Amino acid sequence: MTSIADTGEQDLAPIPSTRQIFAGFLGIGLMGFGGVLPLARRMLVEDRHWLSPQEFSDLLGLCQFLPGGNVINMSVAVGMKFRGWRGALAGILGLTAVPTAFVIVLGVLYDRYSGDPHVQHVFAGLAAAAAGLLIGMAWKMLKPLLKKPAALLVVVLLFAAIAVFRLPLILVMLVLAPFSVLLSWRSGR
Amino acid sequence: MTATLIALALIFTELSLMAFGGGYAVLPEIQRRVVEVQQWVTPAEFSALFALAQAAPGPNMMIVPLIGWHVAGLPGLLVSSLAKFLPSSLITCLAVSVWERFRDRPWRAAVQAGLLPVTAGLVASSAVVITLASVTSLWLAVLTGVTAALSVFTRAHPVALLALGAVGGLAVSFV
Repeated sequence: MTSIADTGEQDLAPIPSTRQIFAGFLGIGLMGFGGVLPLARRMLVEDRHWLSPQEFSDLLGLCQFLPGGNVINMSVAVGMKFRGWRGALAGILGLTAVPTAFVIVLGVLYDRYSGDPHVQHVFAGLAAAAAGLLIGMAWKMLKPLLKKPAALLVVVLLFAAIAVFRLPLILVMLVLAPFSVLLSWRSGR
Repeated sequence: MTATLIALALIFTELSLMAFGGGYAVLPEIQRRVVEVQQWVTPAEFSALFALAQAAPGPNMMIVPLIGWHVAGLPGLLVSSLAKFLPSSLITCLAVSVWERFRDRPWRAAVQAGLLPVTAGLVASSAVVITLASVTSLWLAVLTGVTAALSVFTRAHPVALLALGAVGGLAVSFV
């Protein structure tokens, strides 16, 4: 397995055990309301010194490139890097343990109380706010693309296919992802 | 029951492999499959479940185990979690092993830049799909608009904005 590479850095901690990997990511899952990525960086780089800032950016680049959530991939990648597949398992189980327990509690509460009219209004308000958060996020992602006609074309085509025509994602991705990569490849040369 | 579990496994395995740019990118497809194809929940219920999952700590795709729990209890939760997280995690494990070899290749930057508008388009689709399903009255439209504006123009915490929505929703039930 790939063990930790010699980075030439003096201040990195010794290779963590699988138990430490589990505990480290458990802490992130415990606290990470809203955004977990800044927390992951603080734990891995600043608090525990498992990764140098450069190694963190590198691994994050890889995790963003691959399918799946960034932080989920990060927990797997860090575990894999230090302790092989056992470490990867420890990382993802640590990260998802508390949120999963939380979800079960929420699911039970939803099933029990979703018939109550007051609770229904709470859920309606919660959903409206969640929609607002998504609009905000979409705007932040779209803003840097507004000046790029090629990127904007991809956004519009994708939006039409998924949100308007509700086509299956797999078909849309098979066509538009290579098309978009080709556009960025040509403009980058 | 078994048929439901198999359907959950198939849906989330497929989405696990397509979730470039993270979880929000596959949200419209989750909604299409769960609401339109399988008809496990109504559009409004889906929005409520999504909002609940957003209120949980940790990674942002906790809607997946929540859907699994809602349609098939604990087995549903386990099957949907495994299906969503295992395939992409296996790819990550493999990629970590070969990463050194392709990190500096020029095509990597092109692929990453090319996936950016794809992700942005998918997140915009998520926003529209969830908004259309959630906003069923003028008051809820106001709540959505205020939350969107606060998230763009202030550094307000997402969970604080969700709490604002919950309180705003409750307030209208007493009017």
